[in-house]
Amino acid sequence: MERKLAYVALFAALIAILTLVPAVTLPTGVPITAQSLGVMLAGAVLGGRLGFLAVALYVALGLLGLPIFSGGKGGFAVLAGPTAGFILGFPVAALVTGLVVEKWRAPVSLATFVGAILGGVIVLYAMGIGGLMVNAGLSLKDATVAMLPFVPGDVLKAVLAAALAQGLAKARPDALLSRA
Amino acid sequence: MLTLTSPVQTPWHRLPAGPKLAGLLAFTLVLFGIDSPLVLAAILAAVAALYLPGGLAFVRHGLRMLRPLVPFVAIVAAWHLWTATPETGASIALRLVAGIGAANLVTMTTRLSDMIAVIERLAAPLHRFGLNPRLLAMAVALVIRFIPVMGDRVARLTEAWRARSPRRAGWRIVLPATLGAIDDAEQVAQALRARGGLG
Repeated sequence: MERKLAYVALFAALIAILTLVPAVTLPTGVPITAQSLGVMLAGAVLGGRLGFLAVALYVALGLLGLPIFSGGKGGFAVLAGPTAGFILGFPVAALVTGLVVEKWRAPVSLATFVGAILGGVIVLYAMGIGGLMVNAGLSLKDATVAMLPFVPGDVLKAVLAAALAQGLAKARPDALLSRA
Repeated sequence: MLTLTSPVQTPWHRLPAGPKLAGLLAFTLVLFGIDSPLVLAAILAAVAALYLPGGLAFVRHGLRMLRPLVPFVAIVAAWHLWTATPETGASIALRLVAGIGAANLVTMTTRLSDMIAVIERLAAPLHRFGLNPRLLAMAVALVIRFIPVMGDRVARLTEAWRARSPRRAGWRIVLPATLGAIDDAEQVAQALRARGGLG
């Protein structure tokens, strides 16, 4: 119990910090932070349930006013903003990524990659596009087109997440609660 | 200190957190039901007026918190001018600024500890689903305590990288940062157990 609580809390803190690290700059010049990389890793390392709790804790604290969303934003205001769907989608993304790594006994890297594409790209973008439609009044087509430039970066991050999960499994085999 | 709460005291600071959050929720729901740009402009003016009791420094802080919104409002404006629907564009932009302005006002005038207390109260009924409010409070405290610790670690890792490479570290920092988080978590778990555990 203590161990689960500590992992959930420390992964929530880790995502908060990774949000401030510029991880990848696309050839198009769009900078992408390591935030969703942290979300994918939380799912892959902690598994579905705990990964969901860790990311939900991060999101809840950001909504309560800690300046831990991208660009140092925080507070309930983001729910009215264009990124609301992505913020609310993060816990679900971790849940899906974690469930795939938990249930599918493929090598950690492969399971993480597939889980991250399913959760961190497909499910997350579906929710993000929904948020754009509600908050920015865009049509489904316009919202999808607006998000396309970000897709290559997030696919790249799914690859990175797979490599990182593999590295973590090697360095700290006991820490992979998803495979415990 | 890691917080967005304004140090400037306003009358809003004295209102309890629960009703403020409930009011914000109601306000946002109403806001999304309004389409007329004129009414929305009036609402935005009213929200702006709520910042005035805090004085100049408070208003400046409020404007600074709205700055990340500028590029988005510019894009919405350009898009709707291009598609010749300026009225829709105006109401979207006004609604966004009014909603975010009101939410920021609550954030700026409510202490984090009060917000957490509200969440604990709201989470109390979740007890029967296995979510213990005490565990939640402990987790929240741990996150707030460890964000600066991990920030320091990432800063040191980045410096170490810079000392050895002309390129930016980027994602290469993530593995050592995550290993650090895992090791911290193991130590925190041991410390919690040594102090009697969470029961």
